This record gives sequence, structure tokens and C-alpha cells, in this order.
Amino acid sequence: MRIGLFATCLGDTLFPDAVKATAVLLTRLGHHVVFPPEQTCCGQMHVNTGYQREPVPLVRGFAEQFGDPSIEAVVMPSGSCAGSVRHQHRIVAERYGDAALADAVTAVEAKTYELSELLVDVLGVTDVGAWFPYRVTYHPTCHSLRMLRVGDKPLRLLHAVDGIDLVELPEADACCGFGGTFAVKNADTSTAMLQDKVRDVLSTGADVCTAGDSSCLMHIGGGLSRIKAGTRTLHLAQILASTRTSPCTLPETEAAAR
Amino acid sequence: MSSTFLGMPAVPPRSPYGTGNLRGEHTFPAAAHDELRNEQLRGNLRKATRTIRGKRLDVTGELPDWERLRDAGAAIKTDTMNRLPELLEQLERKVVEHGGTVHWARDGAEANEIVTRLVEETGSDEVIKVKSMATQEIGLNEHLAGRGVTAYETDLAELIVQLADDKPSHILVPAIHRNRHEVRDIFRAAIPGVDPGLDSVPAHLAAAARAYLREKFMTVPVAVSGANFGIAETGTLSVVESEGNGRMCLTMPDTLITVMGIEKVLPRYQDLEVFLQLLPRSSTGERMNPYTSLWTGVTPGDGPQTFHLVLLDNGRTAALADRIGREALNCIRCSACLNVCPVYERAGGHAYGSTYPGPIGAVLTPQLAGMHAAKNDPNSSLPFASSLCGACFDACPVKIDIPSLLVELRHQHTEQADTTVEKLAMKAAASVMKRPRLFTAAQRAAGPGGRLVAGRDRKISRLPAPFDGWTDSRDVPAPPRRTFRDWLASEEGEATLRAAAEEGARTADHPHQEENR
Repeated sequence: MRIGLFATCLGDTLFPDAVKATAVLLTRLGHHVVFPPEQTCCGQMHVNTGYQREPVPLVRGFAEQFGDPSIEAVVMPSGSCAGSVRHQHRIVAERYGDAALADAVTAVEAKTYELSELLVDVLGVTDVGAWFPYRVTYHPTCHSLRMLRVGDKPLRLLHAVDGIDLVELPEADACCGFGGTFAVKNADTSTAMLQDKVRDVLSTGADVCTAGDSSCLMHIGGGLSRIKAGTRTLHLAQILASTRTSPCTLPETEAAAR
Repeated sequence: MSSTFLGMPAVPPRSPYGTGNLRGEHTFPAAAHDELRNEQLRGNLRKATRTIRGKRLDVTGELPDWERLRDAGAAIKTDTMNRLPELLEQLERKVVEHGGTVHWARDGAEANEIVTRLVEETGSDEVIKVKSMATQEIGLNEHLAGRGVTAYETDLAELIVQLADDKPSHILVPAIHRNRHEVRDIFRAAIPGVDPGLDSVPAHLAAAARAYLREKFMTVPVAVSGANFGIAETGTLSVVESEGNGRMCLTMPDTLITVMGIEKVLPRYQDLEVFLQLLPRSSTGERMNPYTSLWTGVTPGDGPQTFHLVLLDNGRTAALADRIGREALNCIRCSACLNVCPVYERAGGHAYGSTYPGPIGAVLTPQLAGMHAAKNDPNSSLPFASSLCGACFDACPVKIDIPSLLVELRHQHTEQADTTVEKLAMKAAASVMKRPRLFTAAQRAAGPGGRLVAGRDRKISRLPAPFDGWTDSRDVPAPPRRTFRDWLASEEGEATLRAAAEEGARTADHPHQEENR
């Protein structure tokens, strides 16, 4: 399958390893990954902060970059960006764009998937041939869980990973407190939510906390790093891309280095 | 063809916003900052919301048609809002037919005036009250007190709040922020003639309240209630409750005055079939609430012989005019969204500064009372008091898409606001992001600086305002050496993907090779 990869602005700039892993995984599964070079950002931050005029060119850019009918599916290693494309682009296009943009958005949103959806629903695989011999706990991010309704797809993918010790995260479906600009505008409340999430993550004794969104992982990882916890964060794609031939090496933590 | 220039069309007059307890003194972040330090509050909220969440999931999960009930609830409320004027007139006709009197109140001040006049006409200087959001919204008790009328709250939690001269912090559990030892102290201090040795055993506390209230039920001739539902078809009003205090107030006094928000009307009697299932299961996590009272006007020789219905607008017509925001009027005040909200669970109800806290309050309050962008209005901060996690939408019995409404209100706020630093930053970010080359250049420019700030441990522990809130509790990783797109264009990227393709081809040829090693 010819699959368009949207790196997301955050993934491209700050968390390239998650995007690399997505590209590697899909290539290993025999698909042709294309990266439209003019892609930038889906505009989610703008819309969620209350700005709907400013992201019109971003919505247009996304539709132009991925509208190419030879691209059979669009994938992104982010539930919230996929949610933005599927639920918000239309609102922006209809309100501040034009009919042509609305049509383009309709075409592209129908073939846009978050990684676990693409793997399970479109490509029909749950065992991707991964090997990851560590204790892992999975945090279902809010937008993948309640906006995209990915359900247990990520967990089914993780269960099939060879060597993994998958442990359940208590109160898994609770928000980690990120919420984009919420974490800055309401930093105190966000921190209180994060403290509970970090406590639950640590209670699992996991080496790795994983999720389908680099943004939420940046938040949880930022909290774990601040208290010098031994648990790291890795994107779901990084675990699924890890094999015996090309294993994913765990990033060192300060706790491990001590 | 000729045409006549008729001038610019005038903006139609906008319905006024509501008045009363619909605006706090502080913005949400400032108020939450203080509330978060209240350990009692956080502990109580954590325990209570978790318990009720579990109960709700049990009793909603056991119904095979729960999702269809939610759909039906949403459809009935949407239909109601679409033809609210005719339904209200029908309700009025039916109430009058059955011997009641209907009053229309534009806002809180008018409703307070009407109720106070009606009480004064009875000659009583006391009223007993059934727990009611509408009368809290308009500050009726305070208004009555100013005119020398004492209002007694008869719901146990409302009584605790009232005796402590406090404010409710939860729609359903108004005293959720108090523990039983505090309640004992409040009762000892404020209930006349209470046993000075009263302890904090819940049954003893309830008995003390009961003794106090029973005397009021027997002697006070006027009751004021709210309404959960008003049926247009029959003129029937309904209150659902758990303690029986409502039933006492609705049957014992000579005069009953009901204050009902105009959005509480339902078209048909049969609609109760849907809502009397949705409400208790969503609200208290019970299959059915203990007391459901229904009354239609006046019944000679039985119950109150004088009945007044005060229909309260107070900003609801303004909310109805908002095509998107009007969905919030579908709310049946069950409080399920509060109980599942991670923000409410930490910050508590008082942080919202309104009678209506939690996710629905963050939508409804600005809808009813407006947001004044220019004046750092606390109401302008409410739509931002959410991580948009979506738990509220899933819990709502009438499927109000609260996260989308919050995003819509955020947009309305930024549209009203003058040029702010944030707006400039958003515009700047968008104008960089819409030019791929500029975006790539900005990515490359940010890398070295970020890595320099991060230093040897490759993390940033302090950022300047407005991002300092982040680094108060969270590190930021140093930007990587290479962006994804640079890696992809590099020899390393090319080689890695080639190797992945080859590895895939190998395992596809020998699917068990990896496992057998």
C-alpha cells in the first residue's frame, strides 16, 4: 500500500524517533511510505486554543499535501492530530475556507488514520513481528480513546510483541493533564493531574510508559524526568518497530545512571 | 431592474445576558491555584467522584438500551429547544387551566422580585426550600433575606452549606467539600437547641437535621422549589430527590412557588419515561431516585392550594440564539460530567465561580452570563478550564458534545478579544507553518539554541513566561540533533529504510525464522 506519512510538527521537530519508527515499521511490513515534503502542522493547537481563522492555510496545506489520490492512506503517529484532521478541519474549512477546501478536507479525512487504526483496521495486522523484552505500561491518550475510539487496538498490538511484559496501568483512561495550551494556561491543575498519572505509572514498575501521542508522552515524560524516575517514555511506534535484528535501545534515565 | 436601497440591515436586538451567581471573582486559574491547596477538598472530591463514577457505570452498563435512551434524550431536548416558545405557551395554558398562576421573569432580578412579592402576599416571613439550581443562580435566598424573609434549605447538604454560610460546590452533592467532623461543628454552632454533645456519627448528624427540619415542614406555610421537568402537554411539574424533604415541601405548605428555567420544559408526559431513567442513573448512580413528585396545578383539598410557576429566562434566550452553544441548554443537571471530569476533581466547584461548575458549567455559565473579553472577565477563563479529554461527553445522558462546545466558546472569546500577545504568537506561528521552507528554517534554527539551553543532561528545566508554568513541574527534552525530515533525506535515513524493507522481505519469506532463533 502507498501510505502518506504525516510527521506532525511536534514529531518532526522534537520527537523524530517516533516518526522514524513509524516509517521503519510500515516499510518493514512491505508498504511504500511517502513523505510529502511541504507538510508542516495540522493546526490543532490553533483550533483548540480558540483560533480558527489562522489555521485555514494549514488545513489547506494538509489537504493539498495528502490529497493526491495515489496516496491510499494517510497515517500519523498521533491520536490528537488524527482527531484534528478528522473532526476539526471540516469546521475550519466550512467556516473560514471555501467549498473547494471543504471538499478537499472531506476527501482526505476519509483516508486519515492514527497508527494503531491503520495497522489493525486497514492493514489487518496485530502481530507486526516486534521484539521488545521490557516491562511496559500503556497510557491510552484521551483523543485516541474518546475522539478516534481506537479502543483496544494499541493493546492488541502490544500483546503480540515478543518478549514484552505488558502491565496494566491503573486508572489508565484518566487524562494526564496535558491538553495542549491547557498545561500552560492552567499549569496548577494540569500538574495535579500529572502527579496522579505519574504515581500510577510508577506503581506498575514499568521500564517504559508508552502511548500513541508524543505530546502526552512529552508531558508524562517531563514529569518523570523532573522527579528523576527510572521509567522512560517511548512512542508505541518505537516498540512496534523494535526487532531482534534492529532492537530499540532504551534511553538512559538519571535513575538508571546513578 | 430597479432596486431600492434600504440602508444597512441593523443588527437584531440581542437578548440580555443573565444576572445573579453566574460569575466568580477570580479567573479559573487563580481560583484553582488556591483550591488545589485544600487537601480536605481534594481528598473528599477524589473519594466521592470515584465512588459515584463506579456506581454510574454499573447502572448504565446494565441497560441494554442505554445508548438508545441517550439518543432519545438528546432528540427530545433538541426538539424542545427548536420550538421552545410554543411549548412554553402550552405549558402556561395548561398550568392556568389547572388552577395555577404563571409568571414570566426576564432575569434574576425580576424573578426575585416576583417570588418575594408572592411570599409577602401570604403574610409569612419564612419559606422552606427544595434544593434548586435556578434559585441559587438568581440568589433568591439573599434577596429574600434583604426583605426580611428567612429561607430554610431542607436538602441535607444544602442545609449544611446554608448553616455554614458557605457556597455549594457540586450540583448534586453541594457539601462535597466538607467532612463529617466539619458538619458536626457546623450543626453545633448553627442549629438552635441542638445537643451540645452531638458527635460526628452520620446517623446522629442526620437525626439532628431531621429534628430541626421537621418543625419547619410543620409550621412554615410557603415553599419554594425548582423543577426538574415541566410537561407542556399536561402542565405537570416534577421534582426528583432522595431525602423526602422535597415531598414534604411540595405537599405540606399552603402555597407553593416553583421557579423553573425555561429550558426545563418537555413536550409530552411520555417523555418522562426517557428522562426518569436517564437522570437518576447518571446522577446518583441509582436505578431510580427514592422520591419522584409530580403535580399539576392545584388539587382541591390535597396539597398546596395556591400554586405559582415562575418561568425564568435569565440569559437562556441569549444562549438559544447561539446556533452551536444552544446545545448546552439540553443539560438536565445530572452532574455526571462533574464526576468524571479530571479538572473538576482537582480544582473543585468553587473555582468555577458560578452556580454551575464543572464541564457543563464552563459552557453554560458563559452562555448565560456572557464573556467580556476586555475586562479579564472570569467567565472568559472558563472555556479554557479543560484539557478537552472528552470524558464529559461520554458520560452525558443527553450527549452534549461539551469538548466541542468549549472549543467553540474559546473561538468566540478570541474573536471578541483585542490583539493580545497570544493572538500575535498564534498568527506568527501560523504564518511560519504555512510556509514549508520557513518552517524548516525555523526548526533548524531552534535546534542548536534549545540544545545549548538544555546543556549536558539534555533537558530544559526552566522556561521564561508564559511557559514557566510548564517547567514548574515538567522538564522539556532538548531538541534532537536532526529533525525527522532531515533524517529522512540523509544517507542514514535511506539506509535504515532500505534495511527495514529487506528485513521485512526476509521475515515474509521465512515467517518463523525470527521466533525460532
